[in-house]
Amino acid sequence: MAWNPQILGGPDPQKRDPEDRIRELLEKLQKGGFGRIILFFAVGVVVVTGVFTTYAQVEPDEVGVILRLGRYVGTVEPGPHFRLPFGIDQMLKVPVQRQLKAEFGFRTERVATRTTYATTDADARRESLMLTGDLNVAVVDWIVQYKIKDPYQYLFKVKNVEEMLRDISEASMRAVVGDHSVNEVLTTGRQRVATEAKLLLQELADRYETGVDIQQVVLQDVNPPDPVKPSFNEVNQAIQEKERAINEALAELNREVPRARGEAEETLRGAEGYAIEQVNRAKGEAERFIRIHDEYRKAPEVTRSRMYLDTMSKVLQRAGQKVVSDESNKGITPLLRMDGASAVPAAAAIKEQKR
Amino acid sequence: MSIRALVLTVIGIAAVVLGLASIYTLDENEQAVVTRFGQPRGKAITEPGLHFKVPFADTVNRFDKRWLDWRGDPNQIPTKDKKYIWVDTFGRWRIIDPLRFFQRLRDERNAKSRLDDIIDGETRNAIASYNLIEAVRSSNRPFEDDEYASESERGGTLEQVSIGRDKLTRQIRVRAADIVKEFGVELVDVQIRRINYVDEVQVKVFDRMISERRRIAERSRSEGMGRAAEIRGERERQLKEIRSEAYRKAQEITGKGDAQATKIYADAFGRDPEFFQFLRTLEAYPQAVDGSTAMFLGTDSEFYRYLRSSKK
Repeated sequence: MAWNPQILGGPDPQKRDPEDRIRELLEKLQKGGFGRIILFFAVGVVVVTGVFTTYAQVEPDEVGVILRLGRYVGTVEPGPHFRLPFGIDQMLKVPVQRQLKAEFGFRTERVATRTTYATTDADARRESLMLTGDLNVAVVDWIVQYKIKDPYQYLFKVKNVEEMLRDISEASMRAVVGDHSVNEVLTTGRQRVATEAKLLLQELADRYETGVDIQQVVLQDVNPPDPVKPSFNEVNQAIQEKERAINEALAELNREVPRARGEAEETLRGAEGYAIEQVNRAKGEAERFIRIHDEYRKAPEVTRSRMYLDTMSKVLQRAGQKVVSDESNKGITPLLRMDGASAVPAAAAIKEQKR
Repeated sequence: MSIRALVLTVIGIAAVVLGLASIYTLDENEQAVVTRFGQPRGKAITEPGLHFKVPFADTVNRFDKRWLDWRGDPNQIPTKDKKYIWVDTFGRWRIIDPLRFFQRLRDERNAKSRLDDIIDGETRNAIASYNLIEAVRSSNRPFEDDEYASESERGGTLEQVSIGRDKLTRQIRVRAADIVKEFGVELVDVQIRRINYVDEVQVKVFDRMISERRRIAERSRSEGMGRAAEIRGERERQLKEIRSEAYRKAQEITGKGDAQATKIYADAFGRDPEFFQFLRTLEAYPQAVDGSTAMFLGTDSEFYRYLRSSKK
């Protein structure tokens, strides 16, 4: 954004030179007639002009640089000021407090500018296209914010400060980007690029005596060139895919391993339970056997018989069919029907007996 | 109005005109060469402020005292490694000897066109005698987070710089400054403003960048798949380890339990194996018989012995 130092109170093309004015006055005087009136009028004009060119006001964000017959005599702070009239003293106002801005690679659209847009647009594109250190191409948009720190240098040391500033901004940004790889410029090295560019730019600005203090270099959009963009996105996508594949695998691991650990614990506890059960059963049965055996030893014969008979009665109670046969009629056995309720009298008899 | 007044007025006007014609002011940013009928008079005047001259005979030729900018047209130059690039340069100069400047070049416009010729020529020489990388990089700073697996993968795009951007521009400046000195011009800086590939080369560079990105993308994907496979393998290993370990321990524990139980049984039943057999057999009978069982018993069995007689 071009900034034009406004020279207020300088030689104004609208106003005529004092020299001309005097000549005019004298000419009018020679004509006579109204001579006297014209003379008074002329003197009046001179006085009013004198008063107006004596007074000057410096706004709060500016300083005034005073030139006496073209020579720099000093700088004045904001406030009202008096100076020598009729252009002997000139005051140039420099906005030292104002934050000034230059944009590179893009232009903030201003309201009501004429449509010189296309050319500046093309120019802006050329500004931002630059070579990186690995001989790739990146598109870098940036902003330089600066203040005027030395009005004297700013006004009198460099012609076209604004243009010069743009040139050195471009040169320093390219120098810095030229020393970084495209990947650094696009991602991790952004901040460093901005910082280094600022340092380099300040160094150049000082060397060139622009009187400008670089406040900040801000990287705006940093992109690969349009035709290459999709492939850069593809890389990002691939990185995402990579992360996703890894995450999915990890998710599977996380889903199954803890469960397996739990199941393993389950198996172990089950085994422990089984072991305890086996031992306890063994102990119990052993204890029971020992008790019974102790008693049995006291009267083995009786106990043996009792146990046998007890068991047999129990067994016979459960059995569905009982056949008691004598040695003498062993031959009938094959004749017996062996299907549940029998019509055989002997069997019936035994059932009877069972009741 | 009398004749006397008229004469006085005329004299007055003449005096004022003469007075104004014999003074001039120089601005803070100006310097001047005074010529009398075209003949330069003495040294250049560089002090700002009020100065005197011979009226009408002397002419004041003003020159800028400030740093002036010079911008070259973009030049299409092949580098030593046959890469065609556009180079934009700019420089900073000033008039240090206004008299000589006035004599040789007369004005800034002329000066600029001479600078164009000289600096463009030197730029061309300098760029053409080095590889492209020398004009791009200023140091051999290694790049961080290098995406390339190896130097060979980079395909020779990373070259070492032997002189670098600064020295290259300094070389242009020194040579050009030497030439322009005789014009009363001091050239203090030449900088490369822009370097870009010419369009045909740019297309190829873009193609290279695209293929490079593809390669990186592919590597990234394959890395992802590799890592995933590794993790799956790890999972499999862990699962097998956990399960087999659990099986082993379970077997151990059950075995111990069984062994202990066996020992307890053996100790207890070993006291009277015959009785144990008898007891267990009796316990087994009721379980072996149910409602569908048919039992054949002879009267000579122990149970029915008394069914036939009560004799002992």
